[in-house]
Amino acid sequence: MNFEAHSCPNGHVTYPRHTVCPKCGEEQTEIVDLTDEVGTVVTWTTSTATPPGVREPNHLAIVEFNLGETNVRALGQTTDPVETGDQVTPVFCKELRDPGAGIREKESQDWDGYRFSPV
Amino acid sequence: MGRVAIISASMTQFGQRDDWICELLTEAGESCLTNVDVDASELDHLYVSNMASGEFEGQTGVPNALAHDIGALGAYTQRIDQTSSSGGAGIYAAWQSVASGASELTMLVGGEKMTHRSTAEATDIIASLTHPVEYKHGVTLPSFAGLVSRLYLESYDAPRKALGAVAAKNHANGIDNPHAQFQKEVDQETILESPIIADPLRLYDFCPITDGSAALLFCPEEKAAEYTDDYTVISGIGGATDTHVVHERVDPTVMSGVVDSSRQAYEMADIDPEDVDIAELHDMFTILEVLQLEDLGFFEKGEGWRAAVEGTTARDGDLPVNTSGGLKSKGHPLGASGVAQVYELHQQLTQSADSRQVEADTGLACNVGGFDNCVTTTILEATS
Repeated sequence: MNFEAHSCPNGHVTYPRHTVCPKCGEEQTEIVDLTDEVGTVVTWTTSTATPPGVREPNHLAIVEFNLGETNVRALGQTTDPVETGDQVTPVFCKELRDPGAGIREKESQDWDGYRFSPV
Repeated sequence: MGRVAIISASMTQFGQRDDWICELLTEAGESCLTNVDVDASELDHLYVSNMASGEFEGQTGVPNALAHDIGALGAYTQRIDQTSSSGGAGIYAAWQSVASGASELTMLVGGEKMTHRSTAEATDIIASLTHPVEYKHGVTLPSFAGLVSRLYLESYDAPRKALGAVAAKNHANGIDNPHAQFQKEVDQETILESPIIADPLRLYDFCPITDGSAALLFCPEEKAAEYTDDYTVISGIGGATDTHVVHERVDPTVMSGVVDSSRQAYEMADIDPEDVDIAELHDMFTILEVLQLEDLGFFEKGEGWRAAVEGTTARDGDLPVNTSGGLKSKGHPLGASGVAQVYELHQQLTQSADSRQVEADTGLACNVGGFDNCVTTTILEATS
């Protein structure tokens, strides 16, 4: 599994993928692989009041990846506490929370993904 | 298109209630009708604002149940779910129903029954509105508030105590609201030393989990005097959405749903932000009151944090905000909150707010769903 953002013909990149590009309405046709990229923490929080099946505390961050002419952001768990401005890279996690513990139906989405780890 | 009047308003006690959703809705609905001696059978439309009675209680179809319970059989019914802004969306729907001529008498009842669930369960039910890539990381609405609060405080060099000042102000206002869940003062020291929930935010930066209901009765302005002398008029209303995925926003400290919905409401009312005398804002988290003060045009970007610190938004300030105590101390029964905001404005503009009365002719309510995912702004004017 790769950490994939998506791009339309006009160069707009989003994570996650959308049915159409939110900026121009064009179909997203390209995959931008972020798996080996290094991003910068824009902001972070540590949540101590977590829902069923979620680790406690839950470290979360919004991370920005600079792709040259554009950039793209993603939100996710971090492997360790981070600070604003820290450099992080994606690390695969097979199960980000217990799929059977929350209110959302287990089969309605996937549960693996990427945490951000300080570089 | 004629203007729409609100001829009656009611709300139940907010807090931990033994009553279930249909009982709460019935209590507020019956009170709203009794205030102006209207029989339920006269209602053309009956709307219910409710986010998640199915998820919280296993009770669906609440509008039909309410119509039966209060004797409004024959009325057209509809449930409005717009998450935390279900109440504001209900006001928009009720306004549409009367303004369009489809109904000459519409009642809106908003309500939620939540406290029987654990905090973790209630948090998860609310977090289910997030995008799958957010949900699987365990993101909650409070964690969005933590992320955006840190970004705001760092971007604008705002002191942490500014958010505490919002909580202290709204708790102070709640003392004079007999319907509020909390009616006690909370000092800054207590707020700033309370347990961390979503760093940098602490317990007192968040509204409670609440049971409660509120109701409003609408008719054409030209017919309002047939029911009561104490009515208000909806002079402006607007609704808008922001991105589902919060991190995709160019600046996550700007709530474009608030900007866009208020622009529509100001244009309809033909007023500017400086014409607003009083506001009820969606302080589900303290940071939201600050962001709305800016995005509604009351303060420049990056300056909204000064409002509570300097007393501008206190009850005796230039722009009283959340005289009801806000969601912070009044409580936040999801589907009821937007309705209760306009209940407070109606009470204030009809000189019926008792010990929390302020001088005001024009009021604004901003009801935020998700983390600005969907917003309704309503402007209310006094008529006497």
